[in-house]
Amino acid sequence: MSSPAANCPNCGAPVKFLWSSAVQTTCEFCLSILVRTDVDLKKVGEVADLPADASPIQIGTEGAYQNKNFVVVGRIIYEYEQGGWNEWHIVYNDGSSGWLADAQLEYDLSWLAKPGGLLPVQPLKGLKVQLENSTFQVTSVTKAHYKGVQGELPFQYWDKSDLLFADLRTTSGEFGTIDYSENPPLLFLGRGVEFDDLHLKNLREFEGWT
Amino acid sequence: MPAVQAKSISCPNCGGPVQLRGFAHTLSVVCPQCLTVLDASTPEVQILQTFQGKTRTQPTIPLGSRGKISNTQYEVIGFQTRQVSTGEDSYSWDEYLLFNPFQGFRYLTEYNGHWNFVHLESALPEPANARGRPAFRYGGQTYAAFDSMTASTVYVLGEFPWRVQTGDSVACQDFVAPPWMLSSESTGGEITWSRAEYMTGSQIWQAFKLPGSPPPAYGIFANQPSPFGGDVGSSWRTWLWLNVVLAALVFAFMFLSPGRVAFSDRYVYSEGAKPDVALANTTGPFVTPTFQLDGRTSNVELSIHTDLENNWAYFSFALINDQTGQTFDFAREVSYYHDSDGSEGSRDNRVIVPSVPSGQYYLRVEPEMARGSPFVAYDLKLQRNVPNYGFFGVAALLLLIPPLLTTIRKGSFEAARWRESDYAPRSSGGGDD
Repeated sequence: MSSPAANCPNCGAPVKFLWSSAVQTTCEFCLSILVRTDVDLKKVGEVADLPADASPIQIGTEGAYQNKNFVVVGRIIYEYEQGGWNEWHIVYNDGSSGWLADAQLEYDLSWLAKPGGLLPVQPLKGLKVQLENSTFQVTSVTKAHYKGVQGELPFQYWDKSDLLFADLRTTSGEFGTIDYSENPPLLFLGRGVEFDDLHLKNLREFEGWT
Repeated sequence: MPAVQAKSISCPNCGGPVQLRGFAHTLSVVCPQCLTVLDASTPEVQILQTFQGKTRTQPTIPLGSRGKISNTQYEVIGFQTRQVSTGEDSYSWDEYLLFNPFQGFRYLTEYNGHWNFVHLESALPEPANARGRPAFRYGGQTYAAFDSMTASTVYVLGEFPWRVQTGDSVACQDFVAPPWMLSSESTGGEITWSRAEYMTGSQIWQAFKLPGSPPPAYGIFANQPSPFGGDVGSSWRTWLWLNVVLAALVFAFMFLSPGRVAFSDRYVYSEGAKPDVALANTTGPFVTPTFQLDGRTSNVELSIHTDLENNWAYFSFALINDQTGQTFDFAREVSYYHDSDGSEGSRDNRVIVPSVPSGQYYLRVEPEMARGSPFVAYDLKLQRNVPNYGFFGVAALLLLIPPLLTTIRKGSFEAARWRESDYAPRSSGGGDD
């Protein structure tokens, strides 16, 4: 799955890709944000120090959901009024990618979906939306801002300002997010999961816990 | 990568050290020295609230305790007391915040010795109906509405992954399907659902290895499982099976010990004058010929069959052992009346004499009737070793006692549970919650 290493145009350190389709990554050493072009890597920005976080997941964490193995290759960190959360970018062994959200250790798996119908222009809490034969309900509308990125991402993503997200749920545990920072908005669909459902390996360690 | 370190900060109010157990999840923490509520989300610690206005209380499970619940170890990192006030009345319960750096956050609630282990749910419960009462369907179960209230945080200790303050208040609703409870909390239009499972004090004491023994739980809690839970159904099933066994025994007795006829004969009795019919036999008391009763000591049944018409007859008997003189005295009345509206009584009667030893016996018979009665013809039949079906009837009645008691006790347990709810029957004259 990994492709040949390149060198960071900023510091010259080797940059390794875990996922061949990655569009963007960060240099582990100088924290430069690097975008892949046809020929080489181009520095487009720099990550500020990542905020202290206590997610047990890290880049390189492996897992399996419903017998599909995945590895964590990158993340986007968001912050909002009530705290923050991580969107871990995961790559399945069939080459497809998705997201594992960790919001204060509440986990959701999702992947980019094509909306079958129209997405609500204005998300309102309680609004019912029909998506892929399920009735979703908007459970929260969050104004967040980008706090940092790490590792490989499927698109260029850095230096975004205010973002609007609507989270949706169903009665059978399905989960959806509409990302209003793009036009048209992006839809992600998936489901809420428990930690044990993910069979995670290569996790971070916590002092005093085994 | 090095292990994530637990850190500690110093209280900007009193300067004392404040240990953090929830790593970077902790957004607010209470200084254990001065009870100031601090915002720990940024490196420069801010004061959220200085005065809690309440005397210090010690949580039953101390902060920092670890315990295993459903195979996962959790550490108690936060504690709050929440209060509900209704007019002049108020009550409160305690909530413990449990933390595991991988599994996440859980809660334990305690009220009057009743505990609940709480998990936040991400799926949406579905509005439903439980016998006309509002309810929610969740995970294949129906939760019936129990009560709703506004709960305010009146005391906090430890850490929380949100900015906690005393005075925080939420609207709560509880729905029950014992031992489960589904609860909604809403603040500012956002609804959070959680599901709780009932736990006993001794389960908590065991999980957290607390010293001593838990105080007894007071009253019946909303989702406390009934001690007669599945018992009502199973007690009636047991009852049904025992009756099948009993019926089988009755059949077995009927086949295995058929009564053997030891003596039988036909008589006519007339009050006063001697009748001039061929069957005529006697007017007053008489004795029968002797007959043999065999086998081990067992019962004897004497059956009487008459041709009475709107009349009665009274028979006194003595079953006398010819060799030893042992006598069994007994008597029976036979009366039969009928008209166009129906009938009363029976032309037949019988009597069972228990524990009659074997030997040579005869009967002494003394019939009586009202003066001026017409003749009565009657058959006497004496059978040895007759199954006593009355015993089976008594057994069938006794078998009813356990399932009936279970049903009644379950019923009164459920009545006591619902008396505490918003859906208490009107007759309870409540209004005390």
